[in-house]
Amino acid sequence: MRSLFKKFRDGLTKTARSLAEKTAGLFGAQRIDAATLAGLEEALYAADFGGETTSEILEEIKAAHKRDPALRGAQAAVIGAAVLERALAGAEGVLPPAAAKPTVICLIGINGSGKTTTTAKLAHRLKADGQTVLVAACDTFRAAAIEQLQSWARRLDLEVVASHTGADAAALAFDAWQAARARGKDWLLVDTAGRLHTKGNLMEELAKIRRVLQKHDPAAPQHRWLVVDGSLGANSVEQAKAFHAGFGLTGLIVTKLDGTSRGGALVAIYRQLKIPVYFLGLGEQPDDLQPFSAANYARAIFGLDAG
Amino acid sequence: MFESLTEKLTSALRNLRGVGRLTPENMAEALREVRAALLAADVNFKVARDFVERVQTQCAGQEVLQSVTPGQQVVKIIHDELVGLLGEGATELAAKRPLRVLMVGLHGSGKTTSTAKLGKLLKKRGARPLVVACDIYRPAAIDQLEILAQQEELGFYCDRGSRDVPAIGRAALEAAKAANADVILFDTAGRLQIDQELIEEVKRLHAVVQPDEVLLVADGALGQEAVNVAKAFHEALQLTGLVLTKLDGDARGGAALSIKAVTGVPIKFIGVGEKTADFEPFYPDRLASRILGMGDVVSLVEKAQENIDQHEAERMAEKMRKADFNLEDFLAQMQQVKKMGSMQSIMGMMPGMSGVQLPDDSERQMKRTEAIIQSMTVQERRKPQLLNGNRRMRIAKGAGVKVLEVNQLIKQFEQMQKLMKMMKGGNQKKLMRQMEAMKGRGGMPGF
Repeated sequence: MRSLFKKFRDGLTKTARSLAEKTAGLFGAQRIDAATLAGLEEALYAADFGGETTSEILEEIKAAHKRDPALRGAQAAVIGAAVLERALAGAEGVLPPAAAKPTVICLIGINGSGKTTTTAKLAHRLKADGQTVLVAACDTFRAAAIEQLQSWARRLDLEVVASHTGADAAALAFDAWQAARARGKDWLLVDTAGRLHTKGNLMEELAKIRRVLQKHDPAAPQHRWLVVDGSLGANSVEQAKAFHAGFGLTGLIVTKLDGTSRGGALVAIYRQLKIPVYFLGLGEQPDDLQPFSAANYARAIFGLDAG
Repeated sequence: MFESLTEKLTSALRNLRGVGRLTPENMAEALREVRAALLAADVNFKVARDFVERVQTQCAGQEVLQSVTPGQQVVKIIHDELVGLLGEGATELAAKRPLRVLMVGLHGSGKTTSTAKLGKLLKKRGARPLVVACDIYRPAAIDQLEILAQQEELGFYCDRGSRDVPAIGRAALEAAKAANADVILFDTAGRLQIDQELIEEVKRLHAVVQPDEVLLVADGALGQEAVNVAKAFHEALQLTGLVLTKLDGDARGGAALSIKAVTGVPIKFIGVGEKTADFEPFYPDRLASRILGMGDVVSLVEKAQENIDQHEAERMAEKMRKADFNLEDFLAQMQQVKKMGSMQSIMGMMPGMSGVQLPDDSERQMKRTEAIIQSMTVQERRKPQLLNGNRRMRIAKGAGVKVLEVNQLIKQFEQMQKLMKMMKGGNQKKLMRQMEAMKGRGGMPGF
């Protein structure tokens, strides 16, 4: 358990360090006062949690401070982590074994959020787990997106079904499902083209991919995951809402958390939509896709060790 | 939530009517709203605080005007202050030739796409661009740039065998000379600002190619970390400009304000779509309106101007004047409006409308109407009086709708025609004036 936390925290190194660092020992042995509270507010905003979570954490720390004027920074950090963990109760997505063959996971999101890289990492992870996987390169729009996935496939020894740029993504998904069934695969991962959530016609294309897959299996795609760039701010909530309305999201993957961003928007998304977070992307290596743990995330954010 | 900053301010400042002046005390609530609005738009905490202080100083002591509400007055002050801050020191790209441009940024911010877009824009302005693939890490990044370069007929340089980015840069300069290119755009790999190794690499590339412009490409929806990202890139590479991408979404773009305020680096371009043509120079007033949720009327008007053929609009106006407006014209007009984008996106640009959801079927309704008219023969379109029961039935079948809907459309059209006839007979002068006014606004045909 400790080693898992370490891996997680190493990925979130800067993240873990940053909040405590930024507030210069705010969470240390020092007593809380008005100045440290102001500093804390700033640090919480800087994590992109949004107004709601920030005020909630602040209120609880203030209330504790009122009860015990000698409250120290380290205790405030524990309170903060507890509030965060409570806000994230039920947010840990656990992928059940493939119920149908194939069970389909569809990865969607805006441009540049990291869908293709995440698809490759996820396939690699499932394979390492002894499962069989087929990947469908359904980003038929962006120049060289197919080559990008194929290049990952060579590196990680993945099976990919691809067509050409400009091909119909839904038709390809349809064929890929048949191929996955014929080859007896446990999982079919569908990588889709990036699209801004405000584009009606492109959202319609997603709905079509879903309809077409349902002709094979009414339950498909069983998992509809949004890939969100962890360095984005409040707009990620708007993205999640729009994709949820159009495609019925069942999960979330937050990427690029190896930087200094704290991915606080995932808290705001979960609060609003109650969509569980399955994985965090913590780097560029194939193994850098880690399961999400609310406790680890909350504790890492406040610079605490594993509980 | 945020569309209503003007409304929120108006209500926060309501009791100011009759109070002579704006003071820090009577402004307190309003300024809290402003701060909340900026934070919701992803403006950095410190930048938002400083900005609110600036506005407070600006407002203090100002007389409350009688002609506008205090809310509008404060919004105006905020807007002007924001435009000033965003636009400070704005410059065009250096005019020097050959021009060397280094494109840098985080992963997935849109560097490769923006490189191709900038190449296309400069080519249109008469330059001979060469794009250079320096992203040796992301799989197929080189292919992506090559495909885009081919599409836009830009010069392209890469060295697939090399792992030495500065060397690729050096060789690219030679290749540019040989190809007689006068703009050289270097597309680099995405990198974290804290990745020492990769930052060192791009610094070495910088030293070799000696760029005239270093553009940071940043996602318009970037969160609070935008400040640290920009600071680090600026320290390492002395940025000369910012390219803000994915602004065709609904992100407020508050990160731009943070970056501008902290680094002083001007915003030069914005990316507004997936097509290589969707790349525009930056206008501070529009982004200010966007950050404040005030709609973007200017963009709307420009979009209308770009997409609506002036000549066609005049012809249409003439036809309307003569009440000689048939279904064919109706269809043409509808298609012109459609070219401006989805109805929802057009609504989004109108002040106060950005939160309004159109009924889901409005777009679909338009399509059905189109289908009905397209199922008519040219003769029928020109002479709708030909449409008897049989013909209507055939059209309904062709368009896949009920006869009832065909009837409705024709009835609607007849009413429109009647209206035009009335105007023709009665108040021609007024109609003419309206037509002239419309032309002045970019010739949007009367809808």
